[in-house]
Amino acid sequence: MELLLATAIGLLAAAGSYLCLRARTFPVVLGITFLSYAVNLFIFVAGGVRIEQPPIVGAAVAMTDPLPQALVLTAIVIGFGMTAYLVVLAMRAYATSGSDHVDGGR
Amino acid sequence: MTHWIVVPFLLPALTACVLLLLKDRLRAQRVVSVFSMLVLLGVVAGLVAVAGGDGIGVYALGNWPARIGIVFVLDRFSALMMMLTATIAAASLLYAVQGWDARGAHFHPLFHFQLMGLNGAFLTGDLFNLFVCFELLLIASYALLQHGGGAERPKFGIHYVVLNLIGSALFLIAVSILYRIAGTLNMADLAVALGNAPPAQAPWIRAGGLLLLVVFLLKAAAAPLYLWLPGTYAAASAPVTALFAVLTKVGVYAIARVYPIVFGASAAMDVVAAVVVPAALATLACATLGAFAATTLTQLAVWLTLVSSATLLAAVGLFTTEGLGGALYYLLASTLATPALLLLADALAGARGSFGDRLCRAPRMHHAQRVGALYFVVAMAVAGMPPLAGFLGKMLILQGAGPAPWFWSVVLGASLLNLLALARAGTRLFWSAASDPCDGLPASVSALRLAPVLALTAAIVGLSVFAGPVDRYTRAAAVRVIEPANYLEAVLGADTLRWTVRVLGPDASGARP
Repeated sequence: MELLLATAIGLLAAAGSYLCLRARTFPVVLGITFLSYAVNLFIFVAGGVRIEQPPIVGAAVAMTDPLPQALVLTAIVIGFGMTAYLVVLAMRAYATSGSDHVDGGR
Repeated sequence: MTHWIVVPFLLPALTACVLLLLKDRLRAQRVVSVFSMLVLLGVVAGLVAVAGGDGIGVYALGNWPARIGIVFVLDRFSALMMMLTATIAAASLLYAVQGWDARGAHFHPLFHFQLMGLNGAFLTGDLFNLFVCFELLLIASYALLQHGGGAERPKFGIHYVVLNLIGSALFLIAVSILYRIAGTLNMADLAVALGNAPPAQAPWIRAGGLLLLVVFLLKAAAAPLYLWLPGTYAAASAPVTALFAVLTKVGVYAIARVYPIVFGASAAMDVVAAVVVPAALATLACATLGAFAATTLTQLAVWLTLVSSATLLAAVGLFTTEGLGGALYYLLASTLATPALLLLADALAGARGSFGDRLCRAPRMHHAQRVGALYFVVAMAVAGMPPLAGFLGKMLILQGAGPAPWFWSVVLGASLLNLLALARAGTRLFWSAASDPCDGLPASVSALRLAPVLALTAAIVGLSVFAGPVDRYTRAAAVRVIEPANYLEAVLGADTLRWTVRVLGPDASGARP
């Protein structure tokens, strides 16, 4: 399970980094999205990987850490809002400059 | 007094909500916004006085103990930062209500949300809450940057937003690594946990600490992560840029706050100390060259904002009491000066008609001598020339640095070149006028538009006159920051019992609260 999660996080982060370095706004937005997926998974496993255990004290022998779940919820909400704003901003830049290049050129 | 600590965070939040309800009534918005700003100034001034006493104020949100809930911590350092922010915000609000706030929607609510994020970042004693407050102030700044519309702003907005989103991702990764090691995110508790971490964890602590450093250096616009700043700040509207002068200082504040407390006793500190000063000096050199390449007064002021935060970062990077004490005094002096120059640049641009604030020959503006005299004083303050406070700040920083040839030569060389750049700009703007005022030129700069500049200048003069008491205050603040024993005791209580449930560590088996 750890190997699977680590591979998934690594692949998402790699794809996200690659796309963030592109010159058009749409790939950059996608890259940011991939990167935030990777980060969210990373936070989620920061409490350790526990399968089928409730995040409740006393309900299980080895409970899941509830705090990373709360943190990841905050991070998801913030990341989602930011991505939405970035999309609107990219549309706006396209409307004013007539180009989707991140520097406004051709 | 305890409940007053949370007021600088709650007051802007409530004000912003009320302002949203008044969305189409600009006049009412202005009244509420300015009134709330004045109340905030009063509260923060009171907190500065309270923090000047001996104790460190700790406010537990929801009355949860520090290890479980989030705490706000008030000491001299955070009180000073809030006072500085409130002063600059009041000046830029006074400037904005004279017309800038009508050029787009929701200026006032966003302005107060920005203040809420700033004050939260200064007060918080929790690493994840610091992330949330960073995001709060960034969200408001993303939108404020677009205020007034135009073709340039979305372009620079994309650069700014994308860079900061990547910064946030790194912040979260660093926070997760530290949580995995320590099982807590409260700064004081983290300090204890990282200090007690087994040596095998040292590489992870170092990785977390350095990732966090990258994020803070990005916010503080240190080389090589400063390239986003000049264009972005120059593109924003004048009152917004004046408030943004505080934003880079938030990064410096975070470095000065987090590293001595959280990593003071851990393996990451030596690497951090080795990175920060060279990065800051490199930024200082680049920003000084940038100031010479500026073609408008606003661009010049933006580069000088970068100079101010780079000098500050260099002094903070020493991580000594003397260095930080000098840095805090310089912080007050220089952070008040650059917004004054930014607002003056915008007021000047209004008086020069189609020439704007470009550094070129133009017909002489009305009342050029009076405005020129004001420019002279502000420029002296920005360059850090005696007898104004910026000079004293630089002197204290150099004293704190001790015999460090590189440090002295870069800081002094940059000062000289900044002075030349400001003198060159003043000569172009005021002395090499092409002709006397002609009919096409707008009326002179109104006294009301210069009032915020005058107020900031008066604050700088006050800082110079009361340099003794202010210096004692900043020194005492620096001692508390560099030697965090008092901070840890105030937050965690006298007992060092660790409550935190470490269910998932290597000793997971039977741990229960």
